[in-house]
Amino acid sequence: MAAVEKTTKQPQNKHVSAPWNDPKAEPYIRIENVTKKFGEFVAVNNVSLNIYRGELFSLLGGSGCGKTTLLRMLAGFEVPTAGKIYIDGVDMAGIPPYDRPTNMMFQSYALFPHMTVEQNVSFGLKQDKYPDSEIKQRVAHMLEMVQLMPFAKRKPHQLSGGQRQRVALARSLVKQPKLLLLDEPLGALDKKLREATQFELMNIQDRLGITFIVVTHDQEEAMTLSTRIGVMNEGQIVQTGTPQEIYEYPQSKFVADFIGSVNLFEGQIIEDEQDHVLIRSDEAGGDIYIDHGISSAPGARAWVAIRPEKIRLTKQDLNEPHNCLSGVVKGIAYMGNLSIYLVQLDSGKQIKVTMPNQVRAAEFMIDWDDRVTITWHANSPVALLS
Amino acid sequence: MTNRLSWFIIFWLIAVFAFLYAPIISVVVYSFNASKLVTVWGGWSVKWYGALANDRQIIDAAILSLEIAAISSTLATILGTIAGYVLVRFPKFLGRTAFSGMVSAPLVMPEVITGLSMLLLFISMEQLIGWPQGRGFTTVIIAHVTFTLSYVAVVMRSRFLVLDLSLEEAAQDLGARPLKVFFVITLPIVLPAIISGWLLGFTISLDDLVISSFTNGPGTSTLPMVVFSKVRLGLDPKINALATIIIAIVAIGVIIATVHIRRLERQRQRDEQMAMRAIAAQA
Amino acid sequence: MAATDIVRASRLPASGWLESLLSRLGISGRTLVIAIPFLWLLLYFFLPFLIVLKVSLAFIAIAQPPYTHYDAAGNFVLNIGDSYGRLVKDALYIKAYLNSLMVAAISTLLCLFIGYPFAYGMARCHRSVRNILLMLVILPFWTSFLIRVYAWIGLLKNNGLINEFLMWLGLIDSPIGMMNTNFAVYLGIVYSYLPFMILPLYANLEKMDMSLIEAATDLGCKPLKAFFLITVPLSFPGIVAGSMLVFIPAVGEYVIPELLGGPSSLMIGRILWGEFFSNRDWPTASAVAIAILLALVVPLMFYQKYQDKEMAKES
Repeated sequence: MAAVEKTTKQPQNKHVSAPWNDPKAEPYIRIENVTKKFGEFVAVNNVSLNIYRGELFSLLGGSGCGKTTLLRMLAGFEVPTAGKIYIDGVDMAGIPPYDRPTNMMFQSYALFPHMTVEQNVSFGLKQDKYPDSEIKQRVAHMLEMVQLMPFAKRKPHQLSGGQRQRVALARSLVKQPKLLLLDEPLGALDKKLREATQFELMNIQDRLGITFIVVTHDQEEAMTLSTRIGVMNEGQIVQTGTPQEIYEYPQSKFVADFIGSVNLFEGQIIEDEQDHVLIRSDEAGGDIYIDHGISSAPGARAWVAIRPEKIRLTKQDLNEPHNCLSGVVKGIAYMGNLSIYLVQLDSGKQIKVTMPNQVRAAEFMIDWDDRVTITWHANSPVALLS
Repeated sequence: MTNRLSWFIIFWLIAVFAFLYAPIISVVVYSFNASKLVTVWGGWSVKWYGALANDRQIIDAAILSLEIAAISSTLATILGTIAGYVLVRFPKFLGRTAFSGMVSAPLVMPEVITGLSMLLLFISMEQLIGWPQGRGFTTVIIAHVTFTLSYVAVVMRSRFLVLDLSLEEAAQDLGARPLKVFFVITLPIVLPAIISGWLLGFTISLDDLVISSFTNGPGTSTLPMVVFSKVRLGLDPKINALATIIIAIVAIGVIIATVHIRRLERQRQRDEQMAMRAIAAQA
Repeated sequence: MAATDIVRASRLPASGWLESLLSRLGISGRTLVIAIPFLWLLLYFFLPFLIVLKVSLAFIAIAQPPYTHYDAAGNFVLNIGDSYGRLVKDALYIKAYLNSLMVAAISTLLCLFIGYPFAYGMARCHRSVRNILLMLVILPFWTSFLIRVYAWIGLLKNNGLINEFLMWLGLIDSPIGMMNTNFAVYLGIVYSYLPFMILPLYANLEKMDMSLIEAATDLGCKPLKAFFLITVPLSFPGIVAGSMLVFIPAVGEYVIPELLGGPSSLMIGRILWGEFFSNRDWPTASAVAIAILLALVVPLMFYQKYQDKEMAKES
């Protein structure tokens, strides 16, 4: 097997090369029309997905959305009811887990309780009958990398949660799999440890150049870790894209609502041109002008999604034709770095607005029951058809 | 759960334990009675232990029973472990309901029925295929394996139920084939349960009277059969001595096991503290 | 296939030969694993019942084995009249049969009444105490059942410890006859089977969420009422399991009535034993076995249902 593939690119540059935008790029993992049924229940519904070499791809969704089932089909623990999975051009049908070029890091870590850290990490290499000297060297190298060398002779129950997580990671990486599958890799860690580990995981992935697929229900985790995210709902992938694309340009109400916080206005499309779209919303009590077209039939029902942090709140009375609504402050939650305002619009709809607390005691302070005007930039909202 | 217990409950706990232990204690005390009249106290003596040691019939029966128990419990542990594994890991196969019924039914089946049915089977088999020839060691072993298997299966089933399936999946994922996974991962992890299953099977086999009585042949009187025939004739001080020896062995075994488990537990706590300190040092 | 896959395939683990042999025979490892215990139980547990059924339909014969399926004329006959006819016509069998069911049922209730407060108390003890108590309950189970029954003889006899003690206290003048009575049989069964009642009850009560009781009292329910409205209904699976573990084997009990009961303590297990060993009437003994099984079918199904439910819950 090849030595550790050293990549020169820095983590920050990761998003610069984007093979998914290159039509000529050959996908490393191809999932084609994969469906998995358990009896009548459809866990995964006709999913197709291309993942490229060196990616850190996240499958993000709530519990029961089918993300773990999809992961288990890649590992070979579940057999697809229909569809094909290719890894590096090889059809995985009929290949059992123990012959697949994938390794998995389990949610429970699944460390063998009767073996030491060293024995756990070397287990996979021993199965492939590598010479002892090579096993020793590769295990040592791996333990070095996850900083567990002093704990090599410990058993799993003698380790802390974070240490166990690193053993599990080392064990699944030591065989240099073509694809590493991670099931909620940080789920069992507390918040502080989680943040530190996130960056460590990215670092390791980048150094080894192994393709990662991460299953998570934590959107923050998916946003920080991933090159791309696949958002799943009810067995289907509803949107695929970079974290930024998913956040800034959600394609459906579900995605907009699932990732972060959002205000949604229902309305009707009045104008839909190349460079803008105008939506009349009774719910908002005004017209909303967005500076991108969505190519739809005029008169169609649409929704406008706008993030709370993209809305500006002022006590001044602005009178603009679009993107300007007025209401009364019904609640304020002070969060320290920012404040969340709950504004009841004149239409009756309640919306959420967040504003950074730039000055300590603001003269412009907005208080409960103040009348306010809210505005936003024309490129801030997104028009959604579903 | 540290609510105070009512006086009624405390009284009840004490009374039931007295009920459970009074007969056992009386047997132990009277085994040291010098008088031949079992219930009349004639001063302390160990002469019945001497008499027991010279009773060839009891000694031979005890050796035979230990052999039977060791062999049948070993076989039952193998079969019962597989049965427990099948029940937990294979949720669907043809005849699963029948299988789980056959695994758990012997636990409650009245012994006279099991014994009678086993004997009739052996006789029919002998008539049909000429095996097993007559009744004796082999037939008793088969009968014991069959009904102790269930006890082992129940112990193993509850162990496998709490065994994280992802351990086996992880081993497969790392390249081990299913058979190897079973021997290298599953078995070592559940070994303590296997040992307690074996001990349970051993004790139950050693203790069995009814099923052995049906399935044995000439010359294979087990210890319970000998004890039973003596007890039917009335109290025998030698039986008190025998009972005391059995109780002593069990008590010592249980105490050793408890102390051992305690020690493991303490070791574990120490290890975990050590790990915590190591983290603190790193941070 | 990529190069690394070929490398992998050439490194078949040592256990591979067995798997490839089986797959060549068309048997998957899974089938084999299921088949081994399955076939054993079919042959040695299920098949014997069919044979019992068959023998129950035979004639007594002076032969080895002492039964035959052929009548005097040499024709193969299923003989229902002799064995089963005897069970129905002879009042002794019916009396023993009903008596066994009654003794088993009353013993089960007694075990429940004694065992429930006990298991409840155990489950409410501090953790460390709980484990010791649990060990003390299981401990007698590891010692010989026969010897524990035997121990009662020494206590119950006319010149036994209990009578001696009561007379020493001056409560009685002459010994109470306790040995060879139904009382002794009940005592023996309750004593021997009590741990089987306590263990499932304890397992159930120990897992129970105490905050449920707290919630009930918080909502204005008195503790004793909360016990009957919350604890008892929730522990129903444990009650069923414990009751079946006591009732089913107690119906066919042989050793306890034989050692502690008198000639009047008619129990069906003793009848079966007697027919088989003393009268050498195997067809009748088999018919008795079938009759016991018929009475136990429903409790056995209850027991099985509980087992499945427990498993589903845990997994």
